Amino acid sequence: MADETLKCTQPVRGPIAASETSAAPDASPREQQKEISMQARVGKPAPDFEANAFVGGSFKKVTLSDYAGQWILLCFYPGDFTFV
Amino acid sequence: MQVLAVSTDSHFSHKIWQEQELKKMVPGGVPFAMLSDAGGRIGRVYGVYDEDAGVDIRGRFIIDPDGVIQAMEVMTPSVGRNIKELIRQVKAFQHVRATGEVTPAGWQPGQPTLKPGPALVGKVWEVWKPDLIPN
Repeated sequence: MADETLKCTQPVRGPIAASETSAAPDASPREQQKEISMQARVGKPAPDFEANAFVGGSFKKVTLSDYAGQWILLCFYPGDFTFV
Repeated sequence: MQVLAVSTDSHFSHKIWQEQELKKMVPGGVPFAMLSDAGGRIGRVYGVYDEDAGVDIRGRFIIDPDGVIQAMEVMTPSVGRNIKELIRQVKAFQHVRATGEVTPAGWQPGQPTLKPGPALVGKVWEVWKPDLIPN
């Protein structure tokens, strides 16, 4: 959570499947990744996820559900230092 | 409203971009969280991950306080977004959530809304015309 735990690699869960607890516990993240497909639909719950983030000057892990109860703008972009 | 910006860059890259460039465009830097989607796993779930380029393309999602996606827009990378239209949509969704009314095309706060019901069928022309859409 805090900067003291900073490492070169910082594994995070990425998408958190609604059925995560019932999924095969021995499936590696790579195996689970094969099944990832678009789930986002208007009028449906936004798929939850966990990501490493730079927030307010420090690094921490963030999940979408941290922001429950608020309006959220989730905004994807191609990359830092790109032009548009 | 909370803004979460996501790209496949690392959180380390986000820090340097904020400090080296964004702070020169926006005083104090951008005020929102910058998330790393390394590997594009989140982007795949949201339908914005470009497998060929290995990046998340421009896509934005308006999510309400119940965690439900109310709007999405996905664009190829070369065209930037229109923040005014985004804000208009957010205001409209917030109005709808607060009042149960619905907002016609191009609606801006303060303009008439529609109250769906049998009496409105065939009568929308009386309360809404295209010239109500602001330029």
